[in-house]
Amino acid sequence: MPGAINYWPLLGVAVVVVGFTLRRNPVLVVVTAGLVSGLCAGMPLPDLLALLGRTFVENRVLLLFLLTLPVIGLLEHFGLRERARSWISSFRGLTLARFQITYLGLRQLLSMAGLIDIAGHAQTVRPLIAPMSESAAEGGRGTLTDSQRDRVRASAAAVENVGRFFGEDVFVAFGAVLLIQGFYARNGIVLEPLAISLWALPTAIAAFLIHSVRVRLLQRRIDREMRSIGKDGAADASR
Amino acid sequence: MLRVEYLYWLVGAFLIAAAWFNVRERHYSMAAFWLILSGPFVFGDLVLAAVQRNEALPAQLMGGGVVALGLLAARGGLRSKADTPAEREQREHSAARIGNRLFAPALAIPLLTLALFFAGRHLSVNGTPLLDPKALTLTSLGLASLLALVAAVRVTRARPLHSIVEGRRLLDSLGWAVLLPMILATLGGVFAATGVGETIAALASAVIPVDSRMACLLAFALGMVVFTVIMGNAFAAFPVMMAGIGLPLLVLRHGADPAILGAIGMLTGYCGTLLTPMAANFNIVPAVLLELPDQYGVIRSQVPTALALMVVNVALMALLVFR
Repeated sequence: MPGAINYWPLLGVAVVVVGFTLRRNPVLVVVTAGLVSGLCAGMPLPDLLALLGRTFVENRVLLLFLLTLPVIGLLEHFGLRERARSWISSFRGLTLARFQITYLGLRQLLSMAGLIDIAGHAQTVRPLIAPMSESAAEGGRGTLTDSQRDRVRASAAAVENVGRFFGEDVFVAFGAVLLIQGFYARNGIVLEPLAISLWALPTAIAAFLIHSVRVRLLQRRIDREMRSIGKDGAADASR
Repeated sequence: MLRVEYLYWLVGAFLIAAAWFNVRERHYSMAAFWLILSGPFVFGDLVLAAVQRNEALPAQLMGGGVVALGLLAARGGLRSKADTPAEREQREHSAARIGNRLFAPALAIPLLTLALFFAGRHLSVNGTPLLDPKALTLTSLGLASLLALVAAVRVTRARPLHSIVEGRRLLDSLGWAVLLPMILATLGGVFAATGVGETIAALASAVIPVDSRMACLLAFALGMVVFTVIMGNAFAAFPVMMAGIGLPLLVLRHGADPAILGAIGMLTGYCGTLLTPMAANFNIVPAVLLELPDQYGVIRSQVPTALALMVVNVALMALLVFR
């Protein structure tokens, strides 16, 4: 289309926004969005199907982590998560904040060293970090409520994400840095990868500080809730 | 040589096994789901080779499979079987029996991946490298998973087949969420092919006052976040926002430092990644893995951090790029 821009493919974006807001099944929303966007761009259906199929196959690497499921599943069946909890509770004085902030810092350092896929939600957070966080949050003071447990688990996933994202750009050989460098190089601006990656440090430090404060706030809230429930619980127990 | 294709075949075999278990339990739509999903893993190379030869049919069939997966996902809800007290007691019991040795196979996955990654360049059998040098991280991860499986079987003294049963239990409880990262990457491909990004950048640069460098900077930063939220990936947003606003307006017109703008601009996009269900492998899959009742639970716990970091990034750019 010379001159005029075809705005109709944007309908695909609208499908995504509306579908996610209405909490329709995400897979169906995304497939529909792809079909809408492609058909609105005037792509014939056979070409569109071929494009869908080819990109789908090209991205199959994203599911390679399925190979870890038999290991993790087997270990979980034999009590890996229970062991992770009881092992952490043997450390007196280890709080939720200390545990998760340590993991955050460690995760950022690992990412900075280029060890981006060394940890992940399936292979580390679910079997180890989440149950350890729960145990550290309980701190031998009884069990968490469902709502507290869900917040602690969500926080474990968040710590993994923040640590991974805001460490990786400091690593020179990481894709993002090379993407930035490549973009400029194609436009005639030559930069050293190191010159780019060093500027990711201030944000990495800010991410550590901000998220540490948030983990600490979560711990404070849970402590407060447990103290007020703890009184009721003690009353129940003495009855 | 261990090529990454062999690992894809293993993933395919695992998915077919999961489908078979579901057939035996008469969960036919779940079985069909895993069977179709095994297609890209079993036939992936053939499909891509056919595309090279300009044969469209295999890719079109795969495209039809993608649509079928979407429909099947919408039909079947997520069902994770409730934990019985007997199972819990059995787990507590074996956790106490096996003790800290349970950690070894779990930690072996990352540690062996790392070791193989560094040793991989030097490992060879009769001059052929053991691991594919072009896909060293992936082959390392795959081999590490297999070695960890051997260790797990030894530590738990389980039958090797038991690991497939337990892996399939995890896979079923993940359900359609497992597919989401792959399907979103596919959508990214469609958006790129239909020029969605360029259209948005054109719209954005049409409405901002280009003479104000702060307005341009804010538009660039917000654009990175919004576009990452839409695409689920800052990598997809970066070239678009850079070509639309960053390079022509900020670098060339207002003399912004390209290295700082690129680095912090990308990280501003990552704030968007923390906010979006489109980044499913980071935000939705863990919510399912951790059995959270709210599929947006992980995003909810990341929102304040993402917004605060966004403000920090904009402030950093405003201070640093126009030196």
